[in-house]
Amino acid sequence: MIEKPVISAARAAKMVGEGAVVHVGGFLACGSPRGVLAALAELGTRNLTLVCNDTAVLDEKNGRVTGVAPLVKNRQFRKMIVSHIGTNPESQRQMNAGETEVVLVPQGTLAERVRAAGCGLGGILTATGLGTEVQEGKQVVEVQGRKFLVEEALPGDVALIKARKADKAGNLVYSKTARNFNPLMAMACKTVIAEVEEIVEIGEIDPDQIHTPSILVDYLVKA
Amino acid sequence: MEYVASKETIAKRIARIFKDGDVVNLGIGLPTLVGNYVPEGVTIVLQSENGFLGLGPAPAPGAEDPALVNAGGGFVTIQPGGAFFDSAMSFAIIRGGHVDATVLGVLEVDQQGNLANYKIPGKLVPGMGGAMDLTVGAKLVVAATEHFDKSGASKLLRTCKLPLTAANQVDFVCTDVGFFEVRNGTFVLKEYFKPYTVEYILEKTDADIVVDKDCREVEIS
Repeated sequence: MIEKPVISAARAAKMVGEGAVVHVGGFLACGSPRGVLAALAELGTRNLTLVCNDTAVLDEKNGRVTGVAPLVKNRQFRKMIVSHIGTNPESQRQMNAGETEVVLVPQGTLAERVRAAGCGLGGILTATGLGTEVQEGKQVVEVQGRKFLVEEALPGDVALIKARKADKAGNLVYSKTARNFNPLMAMACKTVIAEVEEIVEIGEIDPDQIHTPSILVDYLVKA
Repeated sequence: MEYVASKETIAKRIARIFKDGDVVNLGIGLPTLVGNYVPEGVTIVLQSENGFLGLGPAPAPGAEDPALVNAGGGFVTIQPGGAFFDSAMSFAIIRGGHVDATVLGVLEVDQQGNLANYKIPGKLVPGMGGAMDLTVGAKLVVAATEHFDKSGASKLLRTCKLPLTAANQVDFVCTDVGFFEVRNGTFVLKEYFKPYTVEYILEKTDADIVVDKDCREVEIS
């Protein structure tokens, strides 16, 4: 198997170009690539579109600033496509002030739109959101006697994901609830950068236990 | 009669709905309390939408695992026999009809079974998270809410004014004064909780209520 380059967090951050669509793994920052996000915040790249479950926690009073929250605070996102912003008041403020476009997507729909992008599908049909604001501007189709919304695939330029362990080929194993969106995003983006806690030799991970196959991963960053 | 808000009453009553073996997803906040009151002899399997089945209690101090949290980001444990999965599988379980019941919090709920719980435009916009998928996908949708808001207004309405989380999906509403079924565009009062009366509930609720023929007084303790 071909070994994947192991790069620094700073170099990984530079691969996110101005205006890129960035998929960031993690659920309230559990399973987010902390090192790469910190480097991207320091670099200050702007006009990004974020695809992520949520905008993480921004609670400076209590010293809790996690995941993508520093990038939100830096105003590095032009647009945020997320399911939840309730733990980051700054993202709510930017949305209400019209400073940043926020598209709220039901969490299951977000997962499937990302998955569809990585699976060669144009989108998915779901009943979630019927009769709500989520339906606005979307096609409703009837299949097998049931109504569904057409939800389009959500591809990205760069996926910034986090795994517990990789082998040198880039095969990934996630840990517990830190898995969440990471395997889906690993399929949906042109460039996939995985921050990992441990890098082992090829062959050391039982092929039966691999969550994301190596061919989907382009670069590794040691956490 | 004076109204005394009681989250505990709501959680205790809802916990009696479940059957042994039910797969249940509890929303953040008041719904989470329901897990504390599941009757003896009934075992439910809790699903957590961030990616596992077998949600267990908070770990002992010092045993927290940063990779093991619930959908609110709090440290939790996993029960023996539980399983982790990614977000697509998590919502396949939810949307695919593999969750027997979900309990969700309420900003407004109406007699059509419409639920609003994710947005007060221009003010509070936390986002829907997994709530829209849960209301559409779970076999049984239970709305858990105090009967009145802080200003004393009824949380049960004829028509929701806030943006909906889902249309026509709520099966039961449990408040701290009674237990309601949503049926044919009206609330049906099934139980009224001591010390409240049917008359009190009919007078104070800003919605159409039919009193079920088997409606009874229940003491929640």
